[in-house]
Amino acid sequence: MVDDQFYREYILDHYKNPRNFGRLEQPDVSHEELNPLCGDVIGMDFRLAEGKIEDVRFHGRGCAISQASASLLTERLKGMPLEEARKISKEEVLEELGIEISPARIKCALLSLKVLKVGAYGLAEGEFEEDEDDS
Amino acid sequence: MSTSSSSPVSAGLASPPLDVERIRADFPFLATGVAYLDSANTSQRPLPVLAAMDAYHTQFNANIHRGAYKASEQATERYEATRETVRRFLNARSRREIIYTRGTTEGINLVAYSWARRNLLPGDLIVLTIMEHHSNLVPWQLVAEATGARIEYVDIDEGGELRQDQYRALLQQEPKLVAFSQVSNTLGTINPYREMTAAAKAVGAVVLIDGAQGAPHLGVDVQATGCDFYAFSGHKICGPTGAGILYGRRELLEAMPPFMGGGDMIKTVSTTGTTYAPLPEKFEAGTQAIAQVIGLGTAIDYVSEIGLGAIHEHEQQLTEYALEAMSEIDGLRLFGPPAQRRSGVISFDLAGVHPHDVATILDRHGVAVRAGHNCTQPLMRRLDVPAVARASFYLYTTRDEVDRLLVALRDAQRIFA
Ligand SMILES: Cc1ncc(COP(=O)(O)O)c(C=O)c1O
Repeated sequence: MVDDQFYREYILDHYKNPRNFGRLEQPDVSHEELNPLCGDVIGMDFRLAEGKIEDVRFHGRGCAISQASASLLTERLKGMPLEEARKISKEEVLEELGIEISPARIKCALLSLKVLKVGAYGLAEGEFEEDEDDS
Repeated sequence: MSTSSSSPVSAGLASPPLDVERIRADFPFLATGVAYLDSANTSQRPLPVLAAMDAYHTQFNANIHRGAYKASEQATERYEATRETVRRFLNARSRREIIYTRGTTEGINLVAYSWARRNLLPGDLIVLTIMEHHSNLVPWQLVAEATGARIEYVDIDEGGELRQDQYRALLQQEPKLVAFSQVSNTLGTINPYREMTAAAKAVGAVVLIDGAQGAPHLGVDVQATGCDFYAFSGHKICGPTGAGILYGRRELLEAMPPFMGGGDMIKTVSTTGTTYAPLPEKFEAGTQAIAQVIGLGTAIDYVSEIGLGAIHEHEQQLTEYALEAMSEIDGLRLFGPPAQRRSGVISFDLAGVHPHDVATILDRHGVAVRAGHNCTQPLMRRLDVPAVARASFYLYTTRDEVDRLLVALRDAQRIFA
């Protein structure tokens, strides 16, 4: 009975009832990333219009941290201008999760952001991972 | 110490029970209070091992085989003493068959580069198993790519044991090399390694056994087993990281070219060529992990003195207890064979809770387990899971620690209910 502080209610809620879960028909961008630690995969489909993310869905299986983080991120992304989404930082994503993430779990927490950055902006994988260390 | 493989160290061999409390006092890490259930990953190290390495660093710190002074002689002596300890531990014929490596991975790669790349031809068959650790897979895939050899994998049955019928059928195709683990690091399965080796030798194959999970818990008699190569890591048998062993049959080692070139592995060097040092130095280029090798020798002495038979029995009792208790948890799926045919390794999946979340919750209860694919991705695919959580035991593990695991698992279920 020690864990209620970590797996907070809203994290579990996003895990069990993920928002924007599923696929989009004919997305403008679709991208998947793998967490090599555990083999979890998260993918996102985006529909874009007038420089905005008109709609977004995510799919894939994973731990509570990666699923909740993806669910929270998609909520935020809907309707957001691409330029703004591009600026979302790792710190912001971790802050929104609102729990202390250990170094071992940071890849889980940031997997969906990586899907966004690599998929929607064509960043090379290395670019994302390199600055991961100073977050 | 002799162990039989087909009926792995039977519980009938009455060893006196371990004095676990006394043993635990030798392991400083355990005083942290963490229930350390990750010994299959790396074991803890006892005080005598730490003291032996400390003595080297503080009393006779010098390079080996080189200095004409007392400290160097003493270092050389202690470093070479490990070789005799290991020779006895494996019951190898000669100390020249004992090669120091960084660990299992390096040992297997040494064989892949120095033996397999020289001896395999396009179309030759390599037989592996689906339960292998990546370090007994990837080196052979690289060999296959380089030589044109092909690889076949022995599957497991539903109980997590190798399909012996399939293995025998593959042997009919006369493989050049057969490589398999003595004990699976994910399923805990103790493979019938003696029978498997004998069958492979009967069709003329070279046999390599990955002893990473076998050596610390069962040991091996390489002569009675008849394998050509046997690799293990010091850090899983109470030794430090950075030192491991490759056993190789002398005739094969003699015929193999060096793995790495450099200092200490030569007889003479000129600008036109080099002649190599005799075994084992031929395979030990450069300054070795001297302190770690000394620590490894002490670790093997430590474990041998307590007795692998007694250690195995202790682990089996814990495993039986844990398997039974865990099977009573709803939605908990257990992988691998019954306790009698497995080492102290239990991989599991808790319905609705990802293994990473299981490990995080357990960590917050002070219980350390591994979560992930355990470097056995083909096996994960075979079991149709992305990852598992794994608890593993050793000589210092207690029933109380298993109970703490059980409490934490129920808490994980409560949180995710
Ligand atoms: C069965 C098996 N083989 C090989 C290895 C690799 O050992 P090391 O990383 O010490 O080289 C391990 C360690 O995890 C193992 O469990």
